[in-house]
Amino acid sequence: MMAKLIGKRITRNEDPRLLTGQALFVDDVELPGMLHAAFLRSEYAHAILKGVDVSAALERPGVVAAFTAEDMGDDWSPGPPLVIPPPTIEDVEFYTRTQVPLVKDKVRHAGEPLAIVIAENRYIAEDALDDIVVDLEPLDVVTNIERALDPDSPLVHDDLESNLAAHLVQEKGDYAAIREGADKVIKRRIVIERGIAGAIENRGIVASWDNKQQQLTVWDTTQSPIPIRNGLASMFGLSEYQVRVIAPFVGGAFGPKIMMFYPEEVLLTWSTLKMGKPIKWIEDRRENFYATTQERGQVHNVELALTSDGRILGLRDDFLHDTGAYDPYGLTIPLNTQCHALGPYDIPNFSSDLKVVFTNKTLTTPVRGAGRPQGVYVIERMLDIAARELGIDRTEIRKRNYLPKDVFPYDNIIIDQAFESFVIDSGDYLPAMEKALKLIDYEKFTKEEQPKLREGGRRLGIGVVSFIETTGVGPYEGARVTIESSGKVNTATGVGTQGQGHFTSFAQIVAERLGVDVRDVHIVTGDTAQFHWGTGTFASRGAVVAANAVNAAALIVRGKVLKLAGDLLETPEEELELEDGVVRVVDDPTRFISLGDLAQRSNPLRGAVEPGTEPGLEATAYFGPKYGATAFGTHAMIVEVDPETMMVEIKRYIVVEDCGTVLNPLIVEGQLHGGVALGIGNSFYEKLVFDDNGQLLNASFADYLIPTAAEIPTIEIAHQVTPSPLNPLGSKGVGEAGAIPVPALFAQAVENALDVDGLEILESPLSPLRLFELFHGEEKDA
Amino acid sequence: MKPAPFEYIAPTTVEEALGHLTEYGYDAKVLAGGQSLIPMMNFRLAQPAVLVDLNKLAELSFIRSEKDGELRIGAMTRHFQVERDDLVAEHAPLIHEAMPKIATPQIRSRGTFGGSIAHADPAAELTTICVALDGRFRCQSVRGERWVPAKDFFLGMFTSVLEPDEMLVEIAIPPMAPRTGWALEEEARRVHDFALVGVGAVVTLDEQGCCERARLVFLSVGDGPVEAVKAAEMLIGKEGTPEIIRAAAEAVTEELDPSADIHASVKYRLHLARVLARRALEKAFARAAIPGTQAA
Repeated sequence: MMAKLIGKRITRNEDPRLLTGQALFVDDVELPGMLHAAFLRSEYAHAILKGVDVSAALERPGVVAAFTAEDMGDDWSPGPPLVIPPPTIEDVEFYTRTQVPLVKDKVRHAGEPLAIVIAENRYIAEDALDDIVVDLEPLDVVTNIERALDPDSPLVHDDLESNLAAHLVQEKGDYAAIREGADKVIKRRIVIERGIAGAIENRGIVASWDNKQQQLTVWDTTQSPIPIRNGLASMFGLSEYQVRVIAPFVGGAFGPKIMMFYPEEVLLTWSTLKMGKPIKWIEDRRENFYATTQERGQVHNVELALTSDGRILGLRDDFLHDTGAYDPYGLTIPLNTQCHALGPYDIPNFSSDLKVVFTNKTLTTPVRGAGRPQGVYVIERMLDIAARELGIDRTEIRKRNYLPKDVFPYDNIIIDQAFESFVIDSGDYLPAMEKALKLIDYEKFTKEEQPKLREGGRRLGIGVVSFIETTGVGPYEGARVTIESSGKVNTATGVGTQGQGHFTSFAQIVAERLGVDVRDVHIVTGDTAQFHWGTGTFASRGAVVAANAVNAAALIVRGKVLKLAGDLLETPEEELELEDGVVRVVDDPTRFISLGDLAQRSNPLRGAVEPGTEPGLEATAYFGPKYGATAFGTHAMIVEVDPETMMVEIKRYIVVEDCGTVLNPLIVEGQLHGGVALGIGNSFYEKLVFDDNGQLLNASFADYLIPTAAEIPTIEIAHQVTPSPLNPLGSKGVGEAGAIPVPALFAQAVENALDVDGLEILESPLSPLRLFELFHGEEKDA
Repeated sequence: MKPAPFEYIAPTTVEEALGHLTEYGYDAKVLAGGQSLIPMMNFRLAQPAVLVDLNKLAELSFIRSEKDGELRIGAMTRHFQVERDDLVAEHAPLIHEAMPKIATPQIRSRGTFGGSIAHADPAAELTTICVALDGRFRCQSVRGERWVPAKDFFLGMFTSVLEPDEMLVEIAIPPMAPRTGWALEEEARRVHDFALVGVGAVVTLDEQGCCERARLVFLSVGDGPVEAVKAAEMLIGKEGTPEIIRAAAEAVTEELDPSADIHASVKYRLHLARVLARRALEKAFARAAIPGTQAA
């Protein structure tokens, strides 16, 4: 059967609502008698809390309540770890220390909440924060991850011997042995700084306990409403059926909204249960810089061993990863870094010693890319350097080391973020690279244009970088597809939506299977009252795991439709087709029955339903992949650097993406546009700057620079399709792909543009200031 | 990020507004376009007790020229009105050219010409340009009014000669002499950001093509608009040859004392100042020499 809808460039079902302001966001929720919360946050990054006195705040007119950690009594406890440390590997050290709802004894990062004030409106609540008297005794601070393990470093957690949060060694083959006989060993130190996710909508929560209904409803900007529901029920001794969590439209998430439990989620729920009044908290931008999780922040000491003709013998990557003040998210990020340092290449020997360290900074959890950009940066930069030192073209050295297309599934031996052996399901890397080279005209640019421009004093550079992206991890997602008596179809799934276009891509699958208009498929996401099995939207898995569950449920419903219609039309099922909302006889289109009629007949008001059958045209199905599908691609760019001012202009940007079966190219390309934009931020604009006291120096969008439309070039996209064998649709994730290779690509292109002997870029992000320093051979301005 | 409590007054005449300023003095702050003040209030960096909103003062929104060709701009004229005004393009092409460099279209639709000047942000383009163009500012209070030359108006970071009971009501830009060229060069991290360094250059040539008047005024390198007087003097009586321009540009750093921030070190700022001064002067000299770009 030819696909009519899957893979088609269909405009999004959700856009009319979004573009006309009709979509519900958390801040749109208004309930009678609703109160508003504000948090008092620590200005110190590290301090002993000696006392919090809220009595003056309580006297302010309009203030209803104010609570400290002491007020929580036995309900106060550190959060449960979200991701457990890996059980499948020997000799892993992991020290679990999780975030607290309100600080009780010691502040461990600036912005940790000390008290909550609940008032008639947010203005009064913020006024009252100034009334609270806090006694904090500041301590020495550790922010630098390379100094965190010094014996004399201040300790983030006093009960630990050091700031070591985790230690893990991963090995493949025997790197030490192969290094001995290598023609070439290249050693470098690579530094990757920390940034924010920067969703346009900050976090927000409305929590409402209805005492008469004994029902808790929480609207939350979370990426995973079902685990939040289950966790809140467990935390507060409620049945899971007494808790409804709704993640409505969410204005971007990019990872930090998967984190749970944030102190605010606990506090708002605890407060509404205590007070019996609905309470709203909307995070403001300044809070977001301190209270929402962040990412990147690694220092790598890397060695690449090669033959003289540029074949990789082995890679050693020993690195430090900054987890911030707590480590609820386990090792997901650095495990991704290790896997992606192997990239699309045949690297027979690999050794990686990972140390995760605590610092007095906001905690890190995955941000779009989630450790992958760091791994890609490491291997791609090392290949660039190897190519230069061995006198091989940058693109050629990559071609020589790609895993061949007949090697899949390929087992990389080391474990991945799911603690399983890192197996790449499928791949075909060379054509993606060649397509990118053709699109950017690599030969002509490097041989003709670039030399000519250089003669005229202009510094243009080209970059070409390959990458892989592990996507679509388990455990599972589910969906329920229902044909209603109107003939329209309702589909509910547990994943939340933060802009991924689920209302359209999932609808396309259902419409394809049931022969209805894509506009007649109503998708519900992120409401636990509608569907309560699943984990959430993360790790580029919606189009893989949830979409295949939708597909499975739709196929079961299709089977029910055909059976019932076959009986009614007295025609064998194989002679029927589903088209235009009806089931008809292929050879006699005058004989048909509409899906709406079928839905009514399957749910009669009178008469007998046969034993062993179910009413309705409905099915629930689940999908859990054996392991994650691995997408891949090549990005290429041309930049011009003004050698006087060090301002960089991106002249061209090419993406060749292979995410398996494309459900909707419009949506995939939108994901790539956004991902590349975030990657450009990571490459040249976005860096959190902390001083020695752990104070963030750029906690606003005036000083923390996210690229705007004006900084993002036209992105030219080409697709390649290598379907994943791991799921019926053949899809792979694409949510993070755009962001992943950009910092490595940008560094390569800028280095090529500057064309200065000995100038190597081994850090990310860059900036005009940093390029000025590198260009003039200066040390970093302290 | 909600402001501290404040009292809000929205007068409908300048006279009324001045009365409120006299009454509340240091406790009051005037609200023009609000593009700087409102964020500062939301961060609680500014906590005025009284906000005197000038947005109903239609009489302060105008652009006109005097008989002698002097351009007059009302303090409450929005940036986008200045940006699109033909009179401004003709009489003060440097202002016309600078407008798109100010922040974003969203901010320019709300922000005001006078508000930007009165705010006295050292990173502002308009303060710098008004100094380079020998502009004057009309400041009014119930005590009367005075005209202050732009170069004397700015006292320091976010500080001007305006008294608490006084308000900037009008800006005057003198007509440009024949054979005058101009340029504004700046570099910012993103197009709409405050410039890391910027410089406005204005040069007037005599009939022999030698420079008879030169102004080089910088932004983002000090507490306010910073004029490189000595560097500009080096150009007087000279033709705008590459050597002369380069020498003057190199000399500007003697007169600048920028500070470092997370986006630029002192060294980088000084380097940018030299580069941008050279580029601005090259452009200004070229324009001064081209017939048709001169103000008649």
